[in-house]
Amino acid sequence: GTARLSRAEPRAGDGRSEEEEEEEVKEEGCYQLYPGHIPTSPLQKALLAAGSAAMALYDPYRHDMVAVLGETTGCLALPNLRDKMKHHPEGYRILQERPRIRLSTLDMARLRGLPDGTLGREYVRFLEDNKVSPDTRMPPKFVDDEELAYVIQRYREVHDLMHTLLGMPTNMLGEVVVKWFEAVQTGLPMCVLGAVFGPVRLSARKLQVLATELVPWAVRSGRNASCILNVYYEQRWEQPVESLREEIGIFPPP
Amino acid sequence: VYQVFESVAKKYDVMNDSMTLGIHRVWKDILVHKMNPSPGTLLLDVAGGTGDIAFRFINYVRSVRERQLQRKLRHHQNLSWQEIAESYQEDKSKSLGDSQVVVCDINKEMLKVGKQKAQYLGYSEGLSWVLGNAEELPFDDDKFDVYTIAFGIRNVTRIDLALQEAYRVLKPGGRFLCLEFSQVSNSLLSRLYDLYSFQVIPVLGEVIAGDWKSYQYLVESIRRFPPQEEFKAMIEDAGFFKVDYQNLNSGIVAIHSGFKL
Repeated sequence: GTARLSRAEPRAGDGRSEEEEEEEVKEEGCYQLYPGHIPTSPLQKALLAAGSAAMALYDPYRHDMVAVLGETTGCLALPNLRDKMKHHPEGYRILQERPRIRLSTLDMARLRGLPDGTLGREYVRFLEDNKVSPDTRMPPKFVDDEELAYVIQRYREVHDLMHTLLGMPTNMLGEVVVKWFEAVQTGLPMCVLGAVFGPVRLSARKLQVLATELVPWAVRSGRNASCILNVYYEQRWEQPVESLREEIGIFPPP
Repeated sequence: VYQVFESVAKKYDVMNDSMTLGIHRVWKDILVHKMNPSPGTLLLDVAGGTGDIAFRFINYVRSVRERQLQRKLRHHQNLSWQEIAESYQEDKSKSLGDSQVVVCDINKEMLKVGKQKAQYLGYSEGLSWVLGNAEELPFDDDKFDVYTIAFGIRNVTRIDLALQEAYRVLKPGGRFLCLEFSQVSNSLLSRLYDLYSFQVIPVLGEVIAGDWKSYQYLVESIRRFPPQEEFKAMIEDAGFFKVDYQNLNSGIVAIHSGFKL
């Protein structure tokens, strides 16, 4: 038989959570909590965190590494986010209903038909202008809690909506700004690292704009805004972007 | 297994270097040295994918050939200029001395990477690339002088069939050589090796190749492979004589050898 190291899998920092939905099986291999889940030991997570961070810096096109970094370092931030969602009526509903943002679930034609300035119209415009699709988000693999796996999935799928609400394109500069906003909002170490190290590859001129205008605005907005995961975007396509910004607390982009 | 190697093909060499910290190169060098091929040898390298063994074989045979030519020159020091120049022409066309290596692999992607490497490294003559299954080789009986399979036989579903095929395609007097991961006897080393295999290797797979699962499979397939003595018995069952094995790095890797008589 295979010689596996047995280890007591620590529940990701949520001693307070009463909802232990899953049976805690201590054998690796029988431990898949959701499709795509790969159970990992603490040592493996540490190695993954270090490796993915290094690889993401070395090759910024390795989006999968950014995703892995987020999963392996999110053990404090994710339960935090989940609790914020649980204690908010809209967030709670999202956790119950588990909506997914995917091309198959979105009615693109309808959204395109909405008036200019509405969330739906601007979101589709953003996707088309930047030639991105919500389907390219990586599903989580290394999060050892099924609900937290959904939380990080939701965070990833909502990322494009963040771009829309903040009015930022998908170039390096735009991504860094969104990362600053997300870092303040979520506290995910991956966002913090991305926000701090992302600018390394920017030109001096862009760095200046970043430092003087964009980052302060992003940080102020992030602080002022309510939790962005608590917004049921799928039910707000008709809402004008400006009104949604006001409601959440995001300041108008410079 | 096929799908594992499809995704693995492009990053195969990088992963090998990272996983073994470059030591796999030494293992492969030792294999070819043990083979000690002379010019004119016809080698079949099965599961040879990206060409590591094939290239080493060619290098070895070339250097042996060069030494042969130098020796010949020393004996010819009483010849005229013209005669020496003419003998160069003749020898140049046989820099490998008619040695040939056929690289056979079941996976097109691996062969593709191998061909590209050959081009990049400047290997042209003496190499052939054939798509084939180790359990059912597309070659006639009694054809090859040497059969090698390096880190490939553990991926074969019916190892006994592969061994029988190896026996079939070898000439009488031909040699079977297998380089493969094996069992570590030293218990401390074995524990460290297990730790490294299960904790580090899948992580390397995820970070470098974006593929945890394939490398998890790899580590598991190594554990499932029969230990040295058992494998030796299997080779004997296929009809080989003088079967022996040599442990490298305390059994992390072993070279099994047998002859068709």
